[in-house]
Amino acid sequence: MASIEMKNIVKQYGDGFPAVNDVSLDIAEGEFMILVGPSGCGKSTLLRMIVGLEDITSGDMIIGGTRVNDKAPRERNLSMVFQNYALYPHLTVYENIAFPLRLAKTPDDEVRRRVTEAADVLELHEHLERKPANLSGGQRQRVAMGRAIVRQAEAFLFDEPLSNLDAKLRGQMRTEISRLQRRLGITTVYVTHDQTEAMTLGDRVCVLRKGKIQQVASPRELYEQPVNLFVAGFIGSPPMNFLPAGVAGDVLTTPFGDIELDERRAAAVRGKDLLMVGIRPEYFEDASLVDEAKLPLGSIFRARVDVTEWLGDSQFAYIPYEAPDAIRNQLRDLSRELDAEELRTQAIVSIDSTSRIREGREADFWLDSRKVHVFDPQTGENLTRDAEAGAALTRMAAEDRVEQVEEAKSRGGSSGLGAA
Amino acid sequence: MSRRERTWWLVGGVVIVFYCLFPIAWIASLSFKAPADIANGSFLPTTFSGENYATILTGSASDLFLPALRNSFGICLIATAISCLLAMFAAYAIARLDFPGKKLILSTALAVAIFPVISIVTPLFNVWRQIGLYDTWPGLIIPYLSLTLPISIWTMSAFFREIPWEMEQAAQVDGATTWQAFRKVIVPLAAPGVFTTAIIAFFIAWNDFVYGISLTSTSASRPVPAALGLFSGASQFEDPTGAIAAAALIVTVPVVLLVLLFQRRIVAGLTNGAVKG
Repeated sequence: MASIEMKNIVKQYGDGFPAVNDVSLDIAEGEFMILVGPSGCGKSTLLRMIVGLEDITSGDMIIGGTRVNDKAPRERNLSMVFQNYALYPHLTVYENIAFPLRLAKTPDDEVRRRVTEAADVLELHEHLERKPANLSGGQRQRVAMGRAIVRQAEAFLFDEPLSNLDAKLRGQMRTEISRLQRRLGITTVYVTHDQTEAMTLGDRVCVLRKGKIQQVASPRELYEQPVNLFVAGFIGSPPMNFLPAGVAGDVLTTPFGDIELDERRAAAVRGKDLLMVGIRPEYFEDASLVDEAKLPLGSIFRARVDVTEWLGDSQFAYIPYEAPDAIRNQLRDLSRELDAEELRTQAIVSIDSTSRIREGREADFWLDSRKVHVFDPQTGENLTRDAEAGAALTRMAAEDRVEQVEEAKSRGGSSGLGAA
Repeated sequence: MSRRERTWWLVGGVVIVFYCLFPIAWIASLSFKAPADIANGSFLPTTFSGENYATILTGSASDLFLPALRNSFGICLIATAISCLLAMFAAYAIARLDFPGKKLILSTALAVAIFPVISIVTPLFNVWRQIGLYDTWPGLIIPYLSLTLPISIWTMSAFFREIPWEMEQAAQVDGATTWQAFRKVIVPLAAPGVFTTAIIAFFIAWNDFVYGISLTSTSASRPVPAALGLFSGASQFEDPTGAIAAAALIVTVPVVLLVLLFQRRIVAGLTNGAVKG
């Protein structure tokens, strides 16, 4: 088990394209770090540089206090789960899991003990003599994990390990990975483009965009205090709504009426001309269903609903709005960068599932103005970010992690793998 | 497929199979005819006789045929083994590494493969005589390598390209050196490709006639196809047709056996299950 430190890591391909650009990141011992971003953001390249499958153009990669830039993958003692599992098809499940041990010339009875332990953890016992070709996707995934945990590696690296599984299995494996990581308490770096995985698994999440780090923080901080437009738009599903806004004193004028800002936010946006307001879908509500006590904390506006989606436990309403061309182009660029194609400017608002608001009708909506963020449309910077509150959230996550690891160890400590 | 289409496919298939296999059936029938029976004007022999087989295996032609069979087996197997080994390394490099001159190697290999054998056999004959390779096993193995290597490199690099890169990278992360990754992961996965290539290479060497007849002079190294051309009848007025037919059938047997034996290995699909299904 070891910490991983990256200092000004750059990866430049032959044509001069920087896939990873000046990334500095510290991953603490035992921490679960997620690398997330849209396709082509350099997250997989970064992971492959950690494990040594990709050369580092410049910068320092330090694992457990040693600089490993020039070390071959086998000298780094890391274990990795590939996106397509990369099992050895000519070997049985047993031999697949034992492969790293065989290479290390481990004695036979030791191999048997460790493979059995790994198979116990992953419930692979009845499959040990089968070939990977005869296994289901989820079983192959478990074999790949078995191969990773069987040896006492410094860290686990996962490269989109769940993207080939169906939705249900993905959910199961996600909790399985989380449990395993807590139990073994081993440093883990996990690459994904799925934000559910990013939010649920990570102690901290590193959001990358075009090879550059945007923000490294706990999932909660990313969600509540995003550093810029990109992070705000990337984290959250359905995504944050961005509305054009003008400033008049302490009040923002938006297509959805005026939003009054508190002292701190008002100070941050004072003197600006055109702004973008970011409001998460769940900060809206059907005005007729809002508690009397809460009503004065937000503003009420009237709008025509285009489409509603009722999902049983929740309900989404789509409200179209007009935006100036500059904002519209900005939003289009952003959605394209996030691998989505936004065709019209519309707000997605989450309303109570019992709400009787119907398509094509006008309705009153309530908007919680305490939680809106204001972005500079030119730079994308979040003008109203409360860095202190964000840091507090991440600190809390770190404390939670220590507690969880200790608890998991005291519960599952009997397993020999716990000593890894 | 409709019923009519199926009928036509069937008819077409039968015609093609008949067209391809009829000469072989004819040779088989010829090999069982006694010398006097060869011109009997019918497809089947009047009486089945093993005389021709006796001639080439134990009789007058046996001192021509049996050493030739031994030579053919030895030379072809050695040439195949060497060419497979060399082609394996070359193909791996071509499939995996980026080095200058990669295209050049591939196109040179192709050029060698299409170069007419007959145009180099005369100079080769002179060179071989000068340096003492004439009428020896190495004297045939070396030209056979030039025939088999290009095709082996081409087929094997196609197979190597099919093996996912991740296999090797996974092995390296698991602690394998490049050589260990090659030996323990890539070679077993490439086995069907290696077998296929070996069989193709063996056929090419086994079927060669021009080198065999030009670069040998005695039974010390003469291969079967060349020996067949030197068969003679019981008297100078008699054609050795029956004996040649019998010998031709015998040299076909190893080829057929080889294919049947390795058919299951050739069938690809070993890599199934390596990556997502």
